[in-house]
Amino acid sequence: MTAGRPEAVYFFGTCVVDLFFPEAGLAGIELLEREGVRVVYPRGQTCCAQPAFNCGHHGEARAVARAQMALFPRPLPVVVPSGSCAGMMKHHYPDLFAGTPDEASAAAFASRVHELTQFLVGVLGVSLTDRGEKTAVTWHSSCHGLREMGLEKEPKALLAQLSNVTVVPLERERECCGFGGTFSVRYPDISAAMVADKAADVAGTRAPTVLSADAACLLNIGGALSASGAAVRPRHLADFLWERTRER
Amino acid sequence: MAETSREAILGRLRAAADPAPPDRGAAAPDFPSGRYLPSERLPRLRRCMEAVRTEFVEATEEGWPSAVRDFLVAQGARRVAYGPSGPDGPAFAAAFRPGAPPELVPYDRPVEEMKTALFTDIDAGFTSARGGIAETGTLVLWPSPAEPRLLSLVPPMHVALLRAATIRETFGETLKVENWAAGMPANALLISGPSKTADIEQTLAYGVHGPKRLVVVLV
Amino acid sequence: MSAEGAPDFHASSSKALRDAPLRANFRRAMDGLMAKRAAQFPDPAEWAALRARAAAVRARSLAKLPELLEALEAKCVSNGLKVHWAATTGEANATVLSILRAHGATRLVKGKSMVSEEMHLNDFLEANGVESVESDLGEYIIQLDGETPSHIIMPAIHKNRQQIARLFGRKIRDAVYSEEVDALTATARRVLRQKFFEAQAGLSGVNFAVAETGTLCLVENEGNGRMSTHVPPVHIALMGLEKVVERLEDVPPLLTVLTRSATGQPISTYFNMITAPRGPGEKDGPREIHLVILDNGRSRIFADGELRATLRCIRCGACMNHCPVYTRVGGHAYQAIYPGPIGKILTPQVEGLARRHDLPHASSLCHACTEVCPVEIPITRLLVRLRAESARSSAGSSVLDAGGGRSRLEDLAWAGWRAAHASPALYRMMTRLVRLASPFVPSRFGPMKAWTNVRSKPRPARRTLHELVKEKGLGDG
Repeated sequence: MTAGRPEAVYFFGTCVVDLFFPEAGLAGIELLEREGVRVVYPRGQTCCAQPAFNCGHHGEARAVARAQMALFPRPLPVVVPSGSCAGMMKHHYPDLFAGTPDEASAAAFASRVHELTQFLVGVLGVSLTDRGEKTAVTWHSSCHGLREMGLEKEPKALLAQLSNVTVVPLERERECCGFGGTFSVRYPDISAAMVADKAADVAGTRAPTVLSADAACLLNIGGALSASGAAVRPRHLADFLWERTRER
Repeated sequence: MAETSREAILGRLRAAADPAPPDRGAAAPDFPSGRYLPSERLPRLRRCMEAVRTEFVEATEEGWPSAVRDFLVAQGARRVAYGPSGPDGPAFAAAFRPGAPPELVPYDRPVEEMKTALFTDIDAGFTSARGGIAETGTLVLWPSPAEPRLLSLVPPMHVALLRAATIRETFGETLKVENWAAGMPANALLISGPSKTADIEQTLAYGVHGPKRLVVVLV
Repeated sequence: MSAEGAPDFHASSSKALRDAPLRANFRRAMDGLMAKRAAQFPDPAEWAALRARAAAVRARSLAKLPELLEALEAKCVSNGLKVHWAATTGEANATVLSILRAHGATRLVKGKSMVSEEMHLNDFLEANGVESVESDLGEYIIQLDGETPSHIIMPAIHKNRQQIARLFGRKIRDAVYSEEVDALTATARRVLRQKFFEAQAGLSGVNFAVAETGTLCLVENEGNGRMSTHVPPVHIALMGLEKVVERLEDVPPLLTVLTRSATGQPISTYFNMITAPRGPGEKDGPREIHLVILDNGRSRIFADGELRATLRCIRCGACMNHCPVYTRVGGHAYQAIYPGPIGKILTPQVEGLARRHDLPHASSLCHACTEVCPVEIPITRLLVRLRAESARSSAGSSVLDAGGGRSRLEDLAWAGWRAAHASPALYRMMTRLVRLASPFVPSRFGPMKAWTNVRSKPRPARRTLHELVKEKGLGDG
């Protein structure tokens, strides 16, 4: 049994959502508020520090991570609309601060972090009513969400609740889209080959929309789709769910 | 020079060794035991082995020597090697008549004297099997002075006698129940089919270096 | 930024990406191997239990490594084997040669051994007048063509049957030209059978070395391993020092995940357990068995409690079969003995980060490898660790050439990133700047070009989430 509905949650938007997919962040907040949960958004938040962490610049990562944790002091859940950012905070903050004076507080913070879809399904038990027209979508699973946060059942469960939405599976749903943060810049040819394959897979489903719970993947895949002229729209799952289910 | 290397290597390892982690899984049982009823072991072994082209000849405790002889005759085997002082050697030999093919070639001399024959002139090698493993479809062989290793390796056909009652569930069970740790033979073998490879375009091909055919005589 | 003459994975991977037949071959091969493995582990709960057990066995071996190696040596010696220790590949090569010379042996037949690849043994022996013939079909094929393996389990995976048929036609006397797999296999069998017959010594690797009984275990499907270890009068076994396991009962849990992960088989055709040379009364088997225990950087890896997990590896190849990078560039692009994910953590530690700092970065950190490793090596985590070792100062690190990938430019860039993200005010300024400047950032130059080669330039939204939230009047704390 879950601990019961919290009265309030923190929302950590993530830097990619902030800059490129703010509507997804807003949608996530709306989805939470609709369930009767008060959402607190600390204004000073910036980035989970994953880019520096993944590149091995752990001193810099710690500085930014510490700054984030200080903004979420109350014992409220921290809900994050990204599997990779949630994974960073939940699984890697404890590593980053192991052996430092912040070890205990980092572990405590990490234990409060939830990915948005997992929170909606696992804690709030949302029930969605589809108010949109018939459409098809395809789903990209996002590696960190899938493999670090175990994010698979929850997004599919939410999509299954939308009666007018058909999910057309990708041929290689679980294969990486090739973003990998700075990997896309350090090894652009390999990254390009990966995203080209993913974009072709997406286009091959003929679905007009590709969904993901990770904005970085969307930036990557969406960029490739647009360059290839494919008429597929990349959308964050939260944004899609909110649009399909909000009262007109 | 070698002495120095040994001490240098061990010295580096000892310097870095931590206290042992909790022995998680140390006593992990071979699992899951009791998966196959005794009556299921043989069918499972057979299914697994036939899936990789092992052939089976069914026989009885009294009749297997003739059954093997008839099989070998039908295959056109001309010369068959075996271990005359093996546990089943005398019974095997008794089914063959001198002068009538196939000719029995006792492997009772050092390999240096047998090598050419084994490599060029022997059509099949006969051995007993110590037992079997149902889970993976496997024969257990312990080559010995009486049944040398190359009998089951060099001739293009290996004929192995397997008594169904000696089939166990798993390799782990076999090791433990038979207490192999108390004394390993110079060579112990698990054989699960005829020789094969998928090195060319991941396409299965049989009979690479080991025997092209594995025939299990079931008793 | 690499050391002089260091392999350049950027260049070699880009080149490989342009080789369409190579990509097609590897894609098809990896798909097949992934499917076969998946069929062997249909139950997630059972898979979790199997890998936890295998990981525990390997972790225990490593925790007791020096003690187990000494016990292994003592037991092998009392069983009649000769045991040699080699700190470097040079020493190992010299040891092998001296054993061969002591027997006047100039014809060696080899089973598959990745350790022998580390040693570049064949080249060394040829230079010293010893013919060293690979007998594993895949290794034989690439030896004929003067190549190195492109995969640790299927060395000739990059070749199709036409290429092999032409190769056999060129290099094998009396070979009848055929592109049929069975015919090609039969040709190899004929040639190698003669080599087994004539060999004066045989060489093998070791999959597991059991300290309890002094038993060397070999996994194979073809029979060439048994031929190499049973037929010639001398058997030389090469093992990396991490291959020791404590007890005989540790073997079945490792064997089952190895064969299932590597080739999707419940067990290999042959599992060969060697404990002693030809005993009294025995008619065959080698008269002498030599075990060569090789370090070559492993003791250094062992010294780091976290990186030590690299040594759990049982060489199944599952990581590379599932790697989206390996699938697209193949094994040769890594220019290393061990390619793929395991290669990306092992090679930099053995050869040093100055030479190989580009490898840990050649990953999108997708975790596909970590997910399938049967001994739970946290590969992704170790890649990040090695990136950190590459970027830091070398003081206090046991990693070879720590700091070898350090770059002033990168240090500055990350310092700048930190400044922009540790301060809310600076972050706000930066996002404003990005939005304003974005239309003017040329998409075809500099770092942006790397992105825009196949993607449209990313367009920041007109308003940030911070701004939307402020408008909405959401609570701050």
